[in-house]
Amino acid sequence: MAVCIAVIAKENYPLYIRSTPTENELKFHYMVHTSLDVVDEKISAMGKALVDQRELYLGLLYPTKDYKVMFRKLHNSYTVVMCNPFYNSGDRIQSSRAFDNMVTSMMIQVC
Amino acid sequence: MADTVLFEFLHTEMVAELWAHDPDPGPGGQKMSLSVLESMGFRVGQALGERLPRETLAFREELDVLKFLCKDLWVAVFQKQMDSLRTNHQGTYVLQDNSFPLLLPMASGLQYLEEAPKFLAFTCGLLRGALCTLGIESVVTASVAALPVCKFQVLIPKS
Repeated sequence: MAVCIAVIAKENYPLYIRSTPTENELKFHYMVHTSLDVVDEKISAMGKALVDQRELYLGLLYPTKDYKVMFRKLHNSYTVVMCNPFYNSGDRIQSSRAFDNMVTSMMIQVC
Repeated sequence: MADTVLFEFLHTEMVAELWAHDPDPGPGGQKMSLSVLESMGFRVGQALGERLPRETLAFREELDVLKFLCKDLWVAVFQKQMDSLRTNHQGTYVLQDNSFPLLLPMASGLQYLEEAPKFLAFTCGLLRGALCTLGIESVVTASVAALPVCKFQVLIPKS
């Protein structure tokens, strides 16, 4: 289960960011930013080796759980948003209810 | 298969529609229509670039991306692979299609050579859009020497 989910554009700004409101949201925003550096490191370290996208996901955080499934769902939903002709590349993802629902299903349930 | 002609008919209508309302037959108006077609192709290419490479996300270098364009993208859109890919390894790639489906029904040889660029603009945008999603900024142009053989030139500036 996730506490914070973010989709980052190529230009390093967030297209979509949501976190559970109990914790300090700013802390999560910073974490998202630092994780971008980790992604960069991993990618540049790869070189010519044939690497799966899956390895990237597991290598970033603690290598446990169904993060693969979660990331795949995220990517599929993002692809659907991309195929929507009314969505312009680079826009905030604010009008897609399907994407919101998918993210809700993945965030931690806080009662 | 009925599916293939659907896109061909739609594409033909797109070109016809853009040229029908063109009040300025000079080079200015033409450029506008060409860039409209190209941007349409770009948007479609962006979405395709996201959707197509499902399990094959092992792009380690530019050449892999170009190969993906020649094989998977071309097969998805035109039901055939690109016939040849050449490169000078300095960022210039020439993709050649010896029987481009959008030009095939038009003529064979030098007839309609001046009209051919209109029918290539969308596809140029398609290539540029897919490259953009895969992280590569590029400039794509097309040239026809004799229908239906056409070449797409992809220029990737070194940064």
